[in-house]
Amino acid sequence: MLVELTVNGRRRSAENVWPGDNLLYLLREHLGLRGSKNACEQGECGSCSVYLDGALVCACLVSAGQAHGADVITVEGLADGDRLHPIQQAFIDEGAVQCGFCTPGLIIATHRLLAATTSPSDEEIREHLAGNLCRCTGYEKIVEAVRLAALEMAVS
Amino acid sequence: MDYLRPRSWQDAVALKTENPEAVPICGGTDVMVGINFAHIRPVALLDLSHLDDLRKWTHHNGTVELGAGVTYTDIIEGPAHHLPALAIAARTVGSPQIRNRGTVAGNLATASPAGDAHPPLLATGATVRVDSMRGTRNVPIESFFIGPKRSVLEADELIRSVRIPTARGPQQFSKVGTRNAMVIAVVSFAIALDLAERRVGTGIGSAAPTPVQAAEGGVYLESELARRGYWEKPRELPAAMVDRFSAMVSSACRPIDDVRGTTRYRIHALKVMAARTLRWAWADVVKGWQDAR
Repeated sequence: MLVELTVNGRRRSAENVWPGDNLLYLLREHLGLRGSKNACEQGECGSCSVYLDGALVCACLVSAGQAHGADVITVEGLADGDRLHPIQQAFIDEGAVQCGFCTPGLIIATHRLLAATTSPSDEEIREHLAGNLCRCTGYEKIVEAVRLAALEMAVS
Repeated sequence: MDYLRPRSWQDAVALKTENPEAVPICGGTDVMVGINFAHIRPVALLDLSHLDDLRKWTHHNGTVELGAGVTYTDIIEGPAHHLPALAIAARTVGSPQIRNRGTVAGNLATASPAGDAHPPLLATGATVRVDSMRGTRNVPIESFFIGPKRSVLEADELIRSVRIPTARGPQQFSKVGTRNAMVIAVVSFAIALDLAERRVGTGIGSAAPTPVQAAEGGVYLESELARRGYWEKPRELPAAMVDRFSAMVSSACRPIDDVRGTTRYRIHALKVMAARTLRWAWADVVKGWQDAR
């Protein structure tokens, strides 16, 4: 099937998509956007988190057909050219990136959190990021990065 | 695999009759896991996610009707205060990503004994509206489930909506799992107190082949509260009454040993949860009564 959608503000299309494929596969294998990561394929890990029509979702649980006509934002869509998004910079500055596999999903989930709440409490951060697993950091550095990003974004 | 994208509900119902083997997909949080792991290979997907009408909920005459596309996030941000038990359960579902996609109707269609929405729906006496080319039928929730991952849904039928009476008293929900997020319930329990009708509704999850009510426990509590005049004049519940209720609740279940928990643990946990949720809900009744005086 043909799938046409908007990804990071650009019209994209993919041909010969198997209807059973998911949006994550579509992004990575058909459109070459490999920022969103494939770890669990069952919505457990959040590594494939993207925006679908403004909502934070696991791309692995959206069928390719459901994405037809949708507006998708992936981690590739956050930086402004070579300038990293403040959330990306905060993750680097706080050492919240170790193996990096969970990072794109956490960046998107953090983006969603900070769009709704400019200065979230630690409880809100942990609750909102509960769908994103990290097996390296123990989460402390990630929570610190979210706090830093919130501060940076409040200043700018 | 075919991909069917109906333009209207009528279209969807007609397509389901023409393609009874088509698997309906909305939030995809169950269906896509099945496809990703090659556990299911549907002949066709019937995509209901673009039908905007399904995403709506309405509230009139003491009933909230949730369209089949209403997500857990929609409930939390929408009719939560009318449906306190379901709202608490909704907040325990998966993660923000899952709550943004998963629906109560999908939970029903999957009919897992562990579905988080089921105990609140059982406790509140919900009704499932099911449509097909043959017509509409309204299935009381207590007769919806017929086995593990099996419901009364026929191959040509689609869930259109779920009707839930709005709360007429405190409600509670409790769920045990290995962590707070992304957990399939080891065991779950919901209680709904109806102060107008003086009824006690219950629902048990993950502790029998299907979600079940603890009807005997509910009847016991109703009559005991009436006998002592507590409905009129609420006061702290005697420990013996709470113990008796929770023992009756735990005897309503038929759990198994599996990877998530043992039979013994489930029975014990259910007893604890029944006692706790009753105490939480009843404390609200007592406080409400005192505040009103």
